[in-house]
Amino acid sequence: MQWEVVIGLETHAQLNTVSKIFSGASTAYGAAPNTQASAVDLALPGVLPVMNKAALEKAVKFGLAVGAEISRRSVFARKNYFYPDLPKGYQISQLDLPIVVGGSLSVQVGDTEKTVRLTRAHLEEDAGKSLHEDFHGMTGIDLNRAGTPLLEIVTEPDMRSAQEAVAYAKALHSLVRWIGICDGNMQEGSFRCDANVSVRPKGVEKLGTRCEIKNLNSFKFLEKAIEYEVRRQIEILEDGGRIVQETRLYDSDRDETRSMRSKEEANDYRYFPDPDLLPMAVSGAYIEQVRATLPELPPAKRERFQREYALPGYDAGVLTASRELAAYFEDVAQTLGGEAKLAANWIMGDLSASLNKDGKEIAASPISSRQLAGLLKRIQDGTLSGKIAKEVFAAMWAGEGDADRIIETRGLKQVSDSGAIEKIVDEIIAANPAQTAEYRSGKDKLFGFFVGQAMKASKGQANPQQLNDILKKKLQA
Amino acid sequence: MINATLKELAALLAGKKISSVELTQQFLSRIATHNPDLNAFITVDEEASLKQARAADEMIARGEAQPLTGIPLAQKDIFCAQGWRTTCGSQMLHDFIAPYDAHVIEQFKHAGAINLGKTNMDEFAMGSSNETSYYGKVKNPWDRQAVPGGSSGGSAAAVAARLAPAASGTDTGGSIRQPAALCGITGLKPTYGVVSRYGMIAFASSLDQGGPMAKSAEDCALLLNVMAGFDARDSTSLEREKEDYTRGLDQPLAGLKIGLPKEFFAAGLSADVAQAVEAAIAEYRKLGAETVEISLPNSHLAIPVYYVLAPAEASSNLSRFDGVRYGYRAPEYGDLLDMYSKTRAQGFGAEVKRRIMIGTYVLSAGYYDAYYLKAQKLRRLIAQDFTEAFKQCDLIMGPTAPTTAFNLGEKSDDPVSMYLSDIYTIAVNLAGLPGMSVPCGFGADGRPVGLHLVGNYFSEARMLNAAHQYQQATDWHSRKPRLPGEE
Repeated sequence: MQWEVVIGLETHAQLNTVSKIFSGASTAYGAAPNTQASAVDLALPGVLPVMNKAALEKAVKFGLAVGAEISRRSVFARKNYFYPDLPKGYQISQLDLPIVVGGSLSVQVGDTEKTVRLTRAHLEEDAGKSLHEDFHGMTGIDLNRAGTPLLEIVTEPDMRSAQEAVAYAKALHSLVRWIGICDGNMQEGSFRCDANVSVRPKGVEKLGTRCEIKNLNSFKFLEKAIEYEVRRQIEILEDGGRIVQETRLYDSDRDETRSMRSKEEANDYRYFPDPDLLPMAVSGAYIEQVRATLPELPPAKRERFQREYALPGYDAGVLTASRELAAYFEDVAQTLGGEAKLAANWIMGDLSASLNKDGKEIAASPISSRQLAGLLKRIQDGTLSGKIAKEVFAAMWAGEGDADRIIETRGLKQVSDSGAIEKIVDEIIAANPAQTAEYRSGKDKLFGFFVGQAMKASKGQANPQQLNDILKKKLQA
Repeated sequence: MINATLKELAALLAGKKISSVELTQQFLSRIATHNPDLNAFITVDEEASLKQARAADEMIARGEAQPLTGIPLAQKDIFCAQGWRTTCGSQMLHDFIAPYDAHVIEQFKHAGAINLGKTNMDEFAMGSSNETSYYGKVKNPWDRQAVPGGSSGGSAAAVAARLAPAASGTDTGGSIRQPAALCGITGLKPTYGVVSRYGMIAFASSLDQGGPMAKSAEDCALLLNVMAGFDARDSTSLEREKEDYTRGLDQPLAGLKIGLPKEFFAAGLSADVAQAVEAAIAEYRKLGAETVEISLPNSHLAIPVYYVLAPAEASSNLSRFDGVRYGYRAPEYGDLLDMYSKTRAQGFGAEVKRRIMIGTYVLSAGYYDAYYLKAQKLRRLIAQDFTEAFKQCDLIMGPTAPTTAFNLGEKSDDPVSMYLSDIYTIAVNLAGLPGMSVPCGFGADGRPVGLHLVGNYFSEARMLNAAHQYQQATDWHSRKPRLPGEE
C-alpha cells in the first residue's frame, strides 16, 4: 500500500526579552541555579504576575510577519498540573483566545515552494529545570528558566515528509531571528519543536491517529525522529495493528522514539482564564506601531534582490537565508556599484565555503563586507586576476588586512603593461620553437600550453585577457 | 485609651500625651492578658512591634507624623509581612517567615503604623466562623460560646475586645463584613481593585479584596486612605487618582436614596436581626434618607455561583503549596506523587481540601461548561441586578448576616448551613462592589447585629458618609463587650 505522511509542528520559540514574561527577573542563560528566580518565579505565597509588554510586542511582530490576525483581545489561561519545576502548580499560557491566529509561511523544499498554514501562536511561560544528576537519589530544581517567555507556534497538518518538516522548521527558525524575537539557539533550548506525526493510505482524506514527539532540539533530530516514527507507524499498520495516540520521546542515541504517556494517562489540565491577569487588549494603533518596526521580510527582499540587482532567483534565495547575510550582500553590492552578480558569486562561493569550513556565522566573518568589496573592486578594475584574487581572499581570511595592503606587500598587482607582457611572450615563443611550429601548423590545442608558460613566467600576474590577445597575435605572426 | 478613635489616638500622640511605645505596650499587654482565652492572634512579636514604635516616636518627634503614625494595628495573617511568620491560618505555612511585605503592609509601614501582630483566621480564608484555623477557634468577645464569624474572625474579635485599635481584613465572600457584624464592629470591603492584592495570600483571586476593620466608619476611612491606591505589582489594581475617604463624612444624608432588596428581608432572616435592621433604617429615614423597595432577582444564585467559582480559583491558587520549595512537607513519603499526596493531605485542613476538590471537579474536562462557564454567566447576571438597582437608589441596605453569631461547633459539621451565613454578602463580591457592615443593635441573645451597606462602584466615600452619620446619631458602634476581669 502507498502511505501518505501527515505532519504538523508545534514550535516553542523563546522570546529574547531582557526580563521574564511575568516578573522582573533576568532571562540571561547560564547563571548559577536559582539566582535568577524572583519571588514571583518561586511562587511565594501572595505574589502576582504582571505581563511584560516586550513579550507581547514580539508576539505581535511575529503575527504580522506571517500575515496572521492579531487578536484585539487575548486571554491568559492557567494550565494546571503538578511538577517540581512548575512552582505555581500551573503554567500561564493561552488557550481559547491566543494573541496570534492563522498566518502562513512559505517554504522552499528542493525546487518547489510550499505554503505551510499556521493555526495559531500563543504566549506562555517556560517551566524551570529538574536536575537529576549530582544529587544522590534526590532531584535538584533550578528555577532560572521558570517564567521565560515562549511563543508557541502551531501549524496545520500541512507537511508531507520529514524533509518538508525540516524545511519549515528552518524557515521558521530563520524568520524568528530575522525579525529579532528569538536568538534561535537550539543547544540552549531557545527554539525546540514537537512533531505530530500520522500516516494514512494515499488518497484517503481522513487523518490517521497521530503521535506527538516531544522536544526535538535540532533539525537533524527532527528529521530522524519523524523518519523513524513514520517507519514505525507504517510497520504497525501493515502488520494489521492500530496506532495508539500518545506522546513519544526521541532517543537520539538509539535513533528511535519511545512512548512517554498515552492519551489516557494524559493530564486533565483544567484550563481556565487566569483571574490574576486582565485580558490583553491590543489596539489598531498599537498594531500599526509594531508593524512600523518590522524589517523588510525575506519574500520581499528576495523579490527586490532579483529586481534591483538582477540576480537569478536562486541567488536571491540563498542571499536572503538570513538577515545578516542579506545585509552583507547589499553592503558589498552597493560599494561595488553594478556587477552585483560578482558580489553574489563571491559571497555564495568562497566566502560561504570558508565560513562553513570554520563553522562561523556571517556575523562572525573575519572578512568584513567592506573588505570583500575592496577585493572585488580590484578584480573589477583589472588589478587582480580571478586566480590572484583567491590568494588575496585567503590572506584576508587569515587576517593580513585589506586587499590593497595585501596586493602591495605581496606584490600581486596584475601586469597590464603590454610592453612587459609582449616581452614575456617573445621569450616564451623563442624558448619553445618546436611547439611554436606545431601550433602554427594547426595544432590549436597548444595555445593553452603557451598561456600556462607565460602566466608562470609572470608569476600569475599577467592580465589574462591581454596575455591572450598578445599571444594570439604573436603566434599567428 | 483603649476605646479611643484613631483620630483621638493621633491627637494624643501628636500632643506627646503618650508615646507610640507606651501605646503599643498597652495593647500588647491587653493581648497578653486576653489572647490566651480569645485566641484572636496567631503571632505576636513584641520586640518587632516595639522597634517599629520607637521609629514612629522618632518620626513624630521630627514632625513627620501622618494620621496613622505610631498607632498599632493588627494584621490579618493572610498578609505577608517581612520577617513575620505568615501562616494564613494553615499548618501548610506553620514555619513560613515572609521574605517580603504585602502592598497593604508596606503602605501601613510608610504611614508609620505599628504591626501589633498577626490575627487568626479561617484556614486560607475559607470559612465563616474561624473554626477552620489550624491555630484553633477564636471566641467571640461578646459571648465566648459564640463564633466571631470568619474568615477575618481574629481581626474582628481583636478590635471588638479592644486588643487593637483597628485591624486589616480580607473579604472574598463576606469575610470582613460578616465577622464585623458578629463582633459588633465596622468593616468595609472596597470595590474590587481598590486595594492591591500583592502579598495577600490568594484564595479566590477574582473576589479577594482587602479592607479595614475598626470601631467606626471614620476609622475605616482613615485606614482605607492608607490601604487603597494603585500598585503596578497587581494587574487587577485600578489606576485611579488617590481619594480622601474622609472628605464626605460630615455631609448630611437628606436626599439619600436607600434601596431595600425584598429578597434580603425574606425567609431565612431571623426576627431579631430583622428588627434591629429595620430600626436602623428608620433611623436613616429620620436622618433625611428616603427608602425604596428594590429587587435583586438573581440573588438566590449567589451562593451556588460562588461555590463553583471561588473553589475553582482556589484549587489552582493553592497548588503552589506542594512541599517542594517552602512550607509543610510530609515527614515520610515514597515517590514524588506520594510526597505531594501526603504533604497536601496532612498540611491542609478538611474545609480547604473540600474546596480544592470541588474546584478541581468543576474545572475538569466534561464539567467545565456545565459548572465553571455557567457560573461565570450567572455572575454577570448577578452584577447586572445591582446595575439595575443603582438606577433607583444610591445605597442598598439590609442585614449583613441572617442571624447573630452562632455557637462554636454549631455549624462545623454542616458546611451548607455554614455557607448560608454569607447569603447577603457574597453577591457583592461577585459583582465587585464595595460593601460595609455597621453595628446596629443586638439580637435576642445579646449578640451584635450588623447593618449591611452596599454601594455602587467606587462609592466608598458615600458609603462611609452614610455609616458615619448613622454613628453620629446612634451609639451601637461604641458599645463594647465586657471581658473577664473588666468592668
